[in-house]
Amino acid sequence: MSYDRAITVFSPDGHLLQVEYSMEAVRRGSTVVGIQGKDCVVLAVEKRATAKLQDDRTIRKIFSIDDSTVLAFAGLTADARVLIDRVRVEAQSYRLIMEDAPSAEYLARFVAEIQQKYTQRGGVRPFGIATLLTGLDPPNQRPVLYQTDPAGTHSRWKAQVIGGNNAKSLREFLEKQYTADLDEAAAVKLAVQALMEVVDSGAKTMEVCVVRTGGKREMLSESVVQSTVQVLEQEQQAAQQQQQPAE
Amino acid sequence: MDTVIGVQYKDGVIIAADQANARSILIYQSNLDKIKQLTSHSAMGVSGPNCDLVQFTEYISKNLQLYELRHEGTKLSTKAQANFCRNELAVALRKGPYQVSALLGGFDLTTQKPSLYYLDYMGTLQKVPFGAQGYAQYFTLSTMDREYRENLDETAALDIIGKAIHELQSRFLIKQNNFIIKVIDQDGVRVHSQGADPADT
Repeated sequence: MSYDRAITVFSPDGHLLQVEYSMEAVRRGSTVVGIQGKDCVVLAVEKRATAKLQDDRTIRKIFSIDDSTVLAFAGLTADARVLIDRVRVEAQSYRLIMEDAPSAEYLARFVAEIQQKYTQRGGVRPFGIATLLTGLDPPNQRPVLYQTDPAGTHSRWKAQVIGGNNAKSLREFLEKQYTADLDEAAAVKLAVQALMEVVDSGAKTMEVCVVRTGGKREMLSESVVQSTVQVLEQEQQAAQQQQQPAE
Repeated sequence: MDTVIGVQYKDGVIIAADQANARSILIYQSNLDKIKQLTSHSAMGVSGPNCDLVQFTEYISKNLQLYELRHEGTKLSTKAQANFCRNELAVALRKGPYQVSALLGGFDLTTQKPSLYYLDYMGTLQKVPFGAQGYAQYFTLSTMDREYRENLDETAALDIIGKAIHELQSRFLIKQNNFIIKVIDQDGVRVHSQGADPADT
C-alpha cells in the first residue's frame, strides 16, 4: 500500500512551502556552530535547559556516524534519529563494499539525497532538520565541514551556524571573525564565542566536539570549555572598559 | 585443511591459525591472515573456503561496528558477538550456507574476563577453555587437554599453543610452515607473531 498523494507541492509563486516550513522547524531547534580550522573541525552545540527530573545525559545532539565522521543537527530530534541511523548503515555498507572509509562529501551527499527524496514523494513530509557533518577529506585526511538542509542541498562551509533564532546574525558574526588556518585553540575559541551570543554564559550550556586530522575526535570536557568561556568573558570586559574612558 | 587453535588464559585469549590459502593440490598464498579482528577486544580465527571466510568475517565485523555506533557507548559482550555469529550461520544454513568454522575469542572490559567460543558451519556454538578447528583437532586437542589448567598466564598459554603447533608440524601430513598468533587481552587485539607478513606488498 503506497501513498500517491504528494504533500510537498509548488505554490503559485514557485515556493515549496512544506520545505520552507520545515526550515522554520530548524529555526526552533537549538543552535549548532561549526568551524573549520587548519587541522580540525569544531562543532559546538547549545544545550537547552532540560526538565529537572530529566537525565540530561540522554539528550545528545552530537552523534558518531563512523570512526571519523561526526554529525550534529538542529531541528526535530526524532527526525534526526531516523536519518542518523540510515547514514550509519550506509557508512558501514560503504566500508564493506569499498574496503575504505567513506568521505565526508559522500556521506553529506547521502543525507542530502534522502532529505530531497522526502520533498518529492507521495505521502511523506520533509525531515525537519538541518545537519552539520564533519568528516575526512580523502587525499590528506583533513577534516572538512558540510551542511545539509530540509530542501536536500548539501554544501561545504568554512564556518556555519544552523538552528536557533539568531542564525543569520551569527553567520554575519562569523563572516567578520573567521580567518583561514585557525589552530585548534583559536577554532574552539571562535565557536564558543559565537555560541555565547545565544546561550546563557557557562560551560553547562554548551557541548563542544573537535575532530582532528586523521580522524581522532574528542568531546571537550566541561572544564576546558569553562576556561575558554572565562577567557572570552575577561576579554569582553577588558574591551568594554577600554571603551569607557574614550567617552 | 585450515588449522585454527585457541587457548583461553587468566587475562586473555590466544588464537593461532596457519597462513595458507590453498585448494586441492595448489597453494595460492602463504601469508593469509585468517584471524579477523571484529571489535576492539575480539577476534575470530576462521577456516573454510577463502570466499566464505572473507564474506562472513567482513559481514560480521561491519555489523558489529554498526551495532556499537548505533548504541553509542555500548560494547557487545563476547558472548553476544558469538551468538550473533551463530545466528547468522544458522539462518544461512538452509539458504546459502557459509562453510566457515571459527574460534571467536574476546575480552570483556565490563567483567574483565576473557572467553573463547567454538563455532562451526552447522550453527554449533560452545564456550570452551581451548579449542581447534579442522584436522588440527585430531592432533592438538589431546595435547591441549593435557596441558591446560585454570588461571594460566600468557607465557604458559603461548607455550601450549607452541606445543600444539609443534605436534602438527611433526605429525600432520600437510606442511604448514607459517602460523599467525594473536593475543586478545585488556589492551585489545595484537599480533604476537607471524610466519609471513600478511600485507599485500
